[in-house]
Amino acid sequence: MSTQVRTAADVLIDILIEQGVEYIFGHPGGAAIPIYDALVGRPIQLVLTRHEQGATHMADGYARASGKTGVVLVTSGPGATNTVTGLLTALMDSVPLVVITGQTNTRNLGLDAFQEADVSGITYPVVKHSYLVKNPLDLPRIVREAFYIASSGRPGPVLIDIPKDVSSAALVRDTRESFHLPGYNPTNHIDTNSVREAADLIRQSRQPVLLVGHGAIIANASENLRKFAELLRVPVVNTLLGKGAFPESHELSLGMLGMHGTGYANKAMVETDLIINFGSRFDDRIVGNYATFGKRAKKIHCDIDAAELNKVVPVDVAINGDAAEGLRLLIEHFQDPGKRPDTGPWLRQIKRWRREMPLKYKKEGKLRAQHVLDEFYKLTQGRAIVTTDVGQHQMWAAQFLLTENPRDWISSGGAGTMGFGLPSAIGAQLARPGELVVAVVGDGGFQMTMSELATACVLKIPIKILIINNRYLGMVRQWQNLFYEDRLSGVDLEGSPDFVKLAEAYGMKGFRIRRPADVRRILQSALEYHEGPCIIDAEVEKHDNVFPMIPAGASLEQILLGPPRKKMDKPTGST
Amino acid sequence: MNNTKDILTQKKHVISLKVSNKPGVLIRIALVFSRRGYNIDSLVVSESQDPRFSMMSITASGDPDTLHLILAQLNKLVDVVHAQDYTDSDILQKELGLIKISCSAEQRNQALQIAQVFKAKTIDVGQESLIFEISGQSEKLDAFQKVLVPFGILEVVRSGKLLMARGLEST
Repeated sequence: MSTQVRTAADVLIDILIEQGVEYIFGHPGGAAIPIYDALVGRPIQLVLTRHEQGATHMADGYARASGKTGVVLVTSGPGATNTVTGLLTALMDSVPLVVITGQTNTRNLGLDAFQEADVSGITYPVVKHSYLVKNPLDLPRIVREAFYIASSGRPGPVLIDIPKDVSSAALVRDTRESFHLPGYNPTNHIDTNSVREAADLIRQSRQPVLLVGHGAIIANASENLRKFAELLRVPVVNTLLGKGAFPESHELSLGMLGMHGTGYANKAMVETDLIINFGSRFDDRIVGNYATFGKRAKKIHCDIDAAELNKVVPVDVAINGDAAEGLRLLIEHFQDPGKRPDTGPWLRQIKRWRREMPLKYKKEGKLRAQHVLDEFYKLTQGRAIVTTDVGQHQMWAAQFLLTENPRDWISSGGAGTMGFGLPSAIGAQLARPGELVVAVVGDGGFQMTMSELATACVLKIPIKILIINNRYLGMVRQWQNLFYEDRLSGVDLEGSPDFVKLAEAYGMKGFRIRRPADVRRILQSALEYHEGPCIIDAEVEKHDNVFPMIPAGASLEQILLGPPRKKMDKPTGST
Repeated sequence: MNNTKDILTQKKHVISLKVSNKPGVLIRIALVFSRRGYNIDSLVVSESQDPRFSMMSITASGDPDTLHLILAQLNKLVDVVHAQDYTDSDILQKELGLIKISCSAEQRNQALQIAQVFKAKTIDVGQESLIFEISGQSEKLDAFQKVLVPFGILEVVRSGKLLMARGLEST
C-alpha cells in the first residue's frame, strides 16, 4: 500500500483479499501499473507469467483444482487480447475466473490510443459477463458482482476492464455498495415434479446408464452420485471432463464414453433403455450422431443451466438445478428396496462387453504412449492431479490414467485448447501444494506455452511434465491417416528442440525414456525428484493411432476398436 | 439449394425483453441472434417507467426449431431480466410508419382518399410529394405501403413493432 492517497486500485486489492484471493496470475503493462503498484506489500502472491494466455490457463488450473475463482491481471491492448483463448477455454468448460484488464484512460476510449483495444467488444462472445468501469465509485460493487457471477450457477469467466484513470483515481474508502441483479437467478429451486417423473422412468428401466459430466464435479455431487449408483446398481459412464466425479476404478464405472471412450461404455450407451445425465451437456464428442443417439433410450437430464436442457438432445425429463441437490431429491424416491429396478442381468451383460473389448496396447517393440501412461498410473496408483494438452496424448491419458477423485483431472474439453497442460498444472500445484501434479502434454501443445517453464522454475513448482513426444501433431496425423488416404499435411514437427537440453537451459531436471524396458525405472526416478519441476521426454512410436475411435458425426455403433480394415470415408462431423 | 430451404422454413418471431439500461446490453443480445443465424428485422428500445431498465421489442426471422434456444440464451444473459416470445399470441402490437411518395398535383386527391381509408395523417405536402404518418398493426402498414406503390414510394421509415401485454400482465 502506498503512503499516498488511497486509490481505487488499493480498494480493488482490499476486495480481492476479502474474496479470499491467494494468487493473481498476470503480466503487467502501462495501463495496469496502478493496479500492480497497489499489490506491493499486500498479502496476495503475484505469479508473473511469460505470456497472458499462460496466466489465464494457470488461473483456470488453480480454479479447477481448488473450486475457487482464479484471478488474472493483465494490461490493455495485446495484453487483454492474449487472454481471449483462456477466456474461451474457461467459458466452454464452466470455470470461474475473474480477469482484470488495464485499459487506456477513459477520455481516450475509442480514439486508437497506444495499446488500446475494444476489449469488451472483442470478448463479448467468450465471457459469462463483463464490465467496463467508467467511474471509480462503481468499482467496489462491480468487483463483488464479478466474483459472485463467476462462481455461482454455471460458473464462467467474468472480465473487468479498468481504465488507468479509474484505477489510479483517489478512492478514500470502499463504497460498500450492495448489488442487485434482477436478471440473474443462479440458485433456482428444483421442481420436485420433474424429480418424481425421473424416478418413475428409473423404476421402469431395466438397462439404465448414469452419465456424469463436469457439472457433477462443479456441484460437488460425487458423494450423492456414489450413493445413487450403489443404491440402484446403475453402471456409470463419464465424459472427459466428468473424470473423477465417480471413481473410475469402481466396479460400476465403465470409464469414459464418446469418440475415444471405451468400447464397453459406448456399447452400453447404444443398448441402454434410460440415460440418466447429471451435468453433461450432450457434447458432440459423446453423442456422435444426434439423429441416432440413444434412440432406444428415454432420457433424463439434470443441468443447472436451463439453456442446456433440450438444446441438442431432446429429453423426456429435464431437471433444472444443481446436480448434487437433484441427486439428493432423486435418492429419496428409492429408499424402499422393492421400488428399485433390477439391473442384475444388465450388469452381467456389461461385464461380458468389458471382457470382450478391453483397452489394449503392445508392451514389446517400440515405446508406446499407452505403456508410459499405464506405468505412470500403476506407480502412482491414481494418486495424482493430471492436467493435459489436447490431442492423442490427452485421449490416451484419459483412457489409462483412471481418475478416482473430483478435481484430479484437468483438461481443456470444450475448447480443445493446445498449450493448456503446462500452465494449468502450475495453477493446480499452487492450489494444492504437497500433492503430485503431472502435466501430460504432447510435443505440439507443449511448445505453444512452454515459455511458462520459467514461471514454474522461478517458483520451484514441483510439477512433472510428461511429454508424449511422437514428433507429429498426432491427432491430425491420425485423421489424415485414417480418412484422407494418409496425405500428411502440416503435421510433421521437425525442428523441435531437445527437451532434456531445454530443461537444462531453464535449470530444470530432464529425463528421457526411449525403450520400453526403461519406462518404470525412469518414471520412478522422476517421481522421486523433488527439487522443482522436471521434464520427462518420452520418445514414443510415431505412427500410433488412438483407438477406440468413433469417427466424428458417426453413430456410436460405428466404433472402431482397432485399425479399420477398409478405407474410411471422410467423417461427417466437423472436427 | 440449402439457402432456399432455409428461407422457406424461416418464420418471423416477435420477442419482448426487459433488460438493464446499460451500455453493451444491445450487443450481447444481438450476438445471441447472429450466432444462431437469425436476422433481426426490427428492433425498438426505450427506457421503461423505471429508468434502470429498458424495454425491447424485437422482430427476427429464423429457424423456428431453434427459437427456444434463442430465448433460453437471452434469458441466460445477466442483463436480461426476462425475454418472452409473443409470436402468434394475443398482445397489443403497434407500429408507426412515415411514408413519402411522389405525387403530382393531379394525383393528390386520389392519394389523400386512400390515406383517409387507412386513417393515415398527411404530415407534409410538397409540389411533387406527400408524406403520410400511419400507425397500427404492421400488416396494416404493409397494406397501405402496397397501395401507394403506383404513386412511387420515395422513402419509408418504420418504427418496428411496439409490444404491450393486455390487462395487468406485464410485458
